[in-house]
Amino acid sequence: MNGLIDFFVILLETVRDVLPIVVIIFGFQFLVIRRAIPQIKNVLLGLIYVILGLALFLQGLEQALFPLGKLMASQLTDPSFIYPGIKQVSDFLPHWTDYKWVYLFAAAIGFSTTIAEPSLIAVAIKAEKVSGGTITIWGLRIAVAIGVAIGIALGTFRIVTGTPLHYYIIIGYIIVVIQTFYAPRMIVPLAYDSGGVTTSTVTVPLVAALGLGLAATIPGRSPLIDGFGLIAFASLFPIMTVMGYAQLSQFLYRKKSH
Amino acid sequence: MKQLRALWFSLLNSARDLTPIIVVIAFFQFAVLQQPIPNLGELLVGIFLVMLGLSLFVYGLEMALFPLGENIAYAFARKGNLWWLLIFSFSLGMGTTVAEPALIAVADEAAKVAAVGGIIEQTEAAKQSYANGLRLTVALSVGFAIVIGVLRIIKGWPIHYLIIIGYIGIIIMTPFAPAWIIGIAYDSGGVTTSTITVPLVTALGVGLASSIKDRNPMIDGFGLIAFASLTPIIFVMIYGILVQ
Repeated sequence: MNGLIDFFVILLETVRDVLPIVVIIFGFQFLVIRRAIPQIKNVLLGLIYVILGLALFLQGLEQALFPLGKLMASQLTDPSFIYPGIKQVSDFLPHWTDYKWVYLFAAAIGFSTTIAEPSLIAVAIKAEKVSGGTITIWGLRIAVAIGVAIGIALGTFRIVTGTPLHYYIIIGYIIVVIQTFYAPRMIVPLAYDSGGVTTSTVTVPLVAALGLGLAATIPGRSPLIDGFGLIAFASLFPIMTVMGYAQLSQFLYRKKSH
Repeated sequence: MKQLRALWFSLLNSARDLTPIIVVIAFFQFAVLQQPIPNLGELLVGIFLVMLGLSLFVYGLEMALFPLGENIAYAFARKGNLWWLLIFSFSLGMGTTVAEPALIAVADEAAKVAAVGGIIEQTEAAKQSYANGLRLTVALSVGFAIVIGVLRIIKGWPIHYLIIIGYIGIIIMTPFAPAWIIGIAYDSGGVTTSTITVPLVTALGVGLASSIKDRNPMIDGFGLIAFASLTPIIFVMIYGILVQ
């Protein structure tokens, strides 16, 4: 019964989130374009599926995956797990190698949540169609997921070591720019896009919990300052891995055709 | 009958999409943390809901969101009125971002940081106005981004020059921006584009590029999201400088 009420609240929230988009699209359609939407019945039915689907998706995440994911993030970053036997938090000086399970968890959760990210699925479907199959849905999704995995693992490393965020980002930008000139031209816009699509519904809450947990338990880190930045990493590294994916497939194709 | 079959396949696909998450959680829970899973029943129900929701979403995506975005792109291309298209792009970018839940969460978090750091007063009102200012800044920046991105598609400008200019802008801004805003600014780029906005905006870009002569949908159609994740970083740093 409680679950049902929760679901209605989430459903209403989803409708509220979708409402401005619907108003803008239909408003322009009727006032400016003044032309009926083809197959309007189908579109409305599809819209209902989207809203219902998103609400169920969020309900399931909040009921199952988020609490467990957050609990795991806090357990993994807990000093008593990292240093079995210590009594006081102030007794230890963290060394970055002590957090190996945290990096692995960050990478694994980054990869697996990205595979399930609905907006990435949407872009991948579109990219496969537009590219005529040169880019496959799974190729793109796995390339992006590897990028997020590397990004979040490096992001947790940054929180542990306390190095400034902008150095990493600026170096990342330089690599992206250099790669842009060597990558196949057709992949570049899609690669830039994939930075933004990775982090929405599934990844952000889990990753935020991990960042805040880390920043709260490591001496000298403030959750308010150091807890931010993981999302920035997760949006930068997919750009590199997607360009890398295109470079690799081009290389393999050339090798095969010789 | 055909629809049911399609939905069933969609359900199977979603099950496959969720397998990695389940494997990761099981591995860390049993092998690393060595703890039992609390509320197993509720977890299983939740996973089923996620699966069902993802299937419905993907199913509705190709019925509604893609056609809607493409339709409006074709209609504007036929109408040939650039100004209306740009006004539409701005409203779409701004309107979808202002209400974005992830952004609201980040803005509230950022307001707490600012209050603790003594940038703004420790009152609810001050925090609220700071968070609202931040949200409005990001929403404006996304509206601006979609406008630039649509202009790029129409004019056929190569994307990487614009992106590189954006990167240079960010790098130049960073030393001038107050330290406490940098993490939030960099993160705000990633949280702006929601699950509904991404398919719509992608379909809009691809639709525009395919309806304009001499534009390649692969090269010119993608890239709108890229601008929408770049401009908020610059705008939020400007906001930080102004508030300071």
